[in-house]
Amino acid sequence: MYDGWKIITGLVVFVVIVTLPFTMSIGKAYIKPEPRIDTPEIQKLSDAEKKCIESKEFMRTKHFQLLNEWRDEAIRSGHRVYVSSTGKTYTISLQNTCMKCHSNKSKFCDECHTFAEETPYCWDCHIQPKEQNQKEAKR
Amino acid sequence: MNDIDRRKFLKMAGLGALFGLTGLSMFEVVTKKHIEAAVEKYKILPNTLTAQRWAIVIDLKKLDEKIINDCIRVCHSIHNVPQIAMQKEEIKWIWKETFEHAFYEMEYPYMPEQMKNLPVLVLCNHCDNPACVRVCPTKATFKRKDGIVMMDMHRCIGCRYCMAACPFGARSFNWRDPRPFIKEENSEYPTRMKGVVEKCTLCCERLEIGKPPACVEVSNGAIMYGDLADPNSEIRKILATNYAIRRKPELGTNPCVYYLI
Repeated sequence: MYDGWKIITGLVVFVVIVTLPFTMSIGKAYIKPEPRIDTPEIQKLSDAEKKCIESKEFMRTKHFQLLNEWRDEAIRSGHRVYVSSTGKTYTISLQNTCMKCHSNKSKFCDECHTFAEETPYCWDCHIQPKEQNQKEAKR
Repeated sequence: MNDIDRRKFLKMAGLGALFGLTGLSMFEVVTKKHIEAAVEKYKILPNTLTAQRWAIVIDLKKLDEKIINDCIRVCHSIHNVPQIAMQKEEIKWIWKETFEHAFYEMEYPYMPEQMKNLPVLVLCNHCDNPACVRVCPTKATFKRKDGIVMMDMHRCIGCRYCMAACPFGARSFNWRDPRPFIKEENSEYPTRMKGVVEKCTLCCERLEIGKPPACVEVSNGAIMYGDLADPNSEIRKILATNYAIRRKPELGTNPCVYYLI
């Protein structure tokens, strides 16, 4: 093999670089994100009311698509009412509908977004609920 | 089976190609429409005030400093409009002008001083032929079916073409994060972010819940609103019996804010 050592060093460097994402995370503890829905607002609801607008699975996998759809419908078409798959109606508003129940942005939104390195820019404009009560409760 | 001649082959190939190119997509379009028609997922709020062409009438005879300041204060506080002292960076949805400045084309020599300095409330004119909408490259600003010229902050890229196009200076650009300049945030309404253009939205969020625009509500009758397309509407009756002027009508944007003098 001509220039064998060059080829082999090249291959070694290549393999090291390609496996970097895996080797870098060796030894790092895996912290499972645990979004919480135990806000005082949700706890006040009766069991029948304690349901999000769509199923848990749908919200988990498609909430961002739904929110994108919502913002277009609400702003561009003026449709402020969402009819869920169960036929219930909800007012479309991130600030005044979603976050009225999910008042724990740091534990509900950020928990997974930080884990997945997602930085949605919702909160550049939309005002997040004040979480002071919970922080004070922890102290 | 084996006796496919040239003619048959071409026929089949042609049909196959036609189906391949359009058949499937046509099928998708048809089914999608059916699904959307079957379940109406989005509706308007039941109390929404609707019109074919919203418009505002401002009676300058009834305006005074107090009403003007009330309108500005209420509008800016419910819409989280920041108070920035530097004039170059200030944000305004509705503001005070003198008659001389708001209607400069009406000025003439020896005009009474009182008339020159008459306070006028100015805001977005929600033009019927809005120049800002025409130039927006992302359709972030658009004209709704009811005539309101809306801003979709989600789409604004901050190019400021609309500001250059608007002959009324009704648009303001957020040169910096507006949040530190908002004294008391209204938690029911969003703020804006650095790098977007904002303006009056004719309180579409209030019309949706059956309330009049905030300036109309606090103006003590000096500001009226209604449907310009409806000949029986209150503002059409007012316009039919009073002489009204508009700002820069000669530019052809067809502004929909009328001033009674």
